[in-house]
Amino acid sequence: MKYFKYLVLGTLFGIILTKSEVISWFRIQEMFRFQSFHMYGVIGSAVVVGLISIQLIKRNHLKSLNGEPIAIADKKFNHGVWIGGFIFGLGWALTGACPGPLFAQLGSGVGAAAVLILAALAGTWTYSALREKLPH
Amino acid sequence: MLELLQKPWPWYVAGPLIGLTVPALLLVGNKALGISSSLRHVCAACVPAGIPFLTYNWRAEIWNLVFVLGIALGGFIGYRVLGHPETIGISAETVRDLKAQMHLTDFSGLLPRELFALDNLANWRGWVFLVLGGFLVGFGTRYAGGCTSGHAISGLSNLQWVSLVAVIGFFAGGLVMTWVIYPLLF
Repeated sequence: MKYFKYLVLGTLFGIILTKSEVISWFRIQEMFRFQSFHMYGVIGSAVVVGLISIQLIKRNHLKSLNGEPIAIADKKFNHGVWIGGFIFGLGWALTGACPGPLFAQLGSGVGAAAVLILAALAGTWTYSALREKLPH
Repeated sequence: MLELLQKPWPWYVAGPLIGLTVPALLLVGNKALGISSSLRHVCAACVPAGIPFLTYNWRAEIWNLVFVLGIALGGFIGYRVLGHPETIGISAETVRDLKAQMHLTDFSGLLPRELFALDNLANWRGWVFLVLGGFLVGFGTRYAGGCTSGHAISGLSNLQWVSLVAVIGFFAGGLVMTWVIYPLLF
């Protein structure tokens, strides 16, 4: 039961991703070709709302439901951030999906999503196995 | 009301709602939005194979797997239950370019069937789009320490310059694929 709230939030998140069509390969191509404001509007307004929300949480020292003070870990830099970022970008344009949309596609009944998720798991596993040998 | 839910949602409705997911997860459980980590947790749970990066207490991250399960359920509700137009309303310029440059003719569905139908796995192009594409997503996001949700939405919202570097990397990769590699593939 303690996980039910995450199921609800995930479901809402999946509905939003689907109804805004950001899970469509066509929308991602449109974005990388600079032919519509749609994706930029979605990501940009999400960041603005997220930023304002986090500022409000921090300034008011809000606590989470379980009483913990809300703390967000800082992201640490290493060269993997841009190297891996670039590699992900290649895959993003090929598949037209980042990890969240892959799961929403699967739920919407796209058979390809099952193959894409298995391939993404293989990619994550391979990175994990090679991690010590890769530049960071 | 139902009719409004069935239509595609404009960016100024969907974007702010996606943004609100960030404080919702923080307030509900002190959790940071990030989806690509779920791939690592599945690897750690199923095939850790003694790899140090996959040897950790993944059970503490089950919330993330439940969230992802919810996303799939949301995809089902959003697309099948509420229903969605068969054709995504992309711009006429994009349709024109995809026809001319990638020889696409079928614009129905979320993904072009000509590239993503499973029987494409019988030829090299299917392997590039389905297998190599998925592989690069899984490999790159973990290497970068996050994806569009963890870096672009969550990270930028928290003013992390590292996430800005990652997002520039995402875009550089996407532009190189779209403008340099695609023309070589077709």
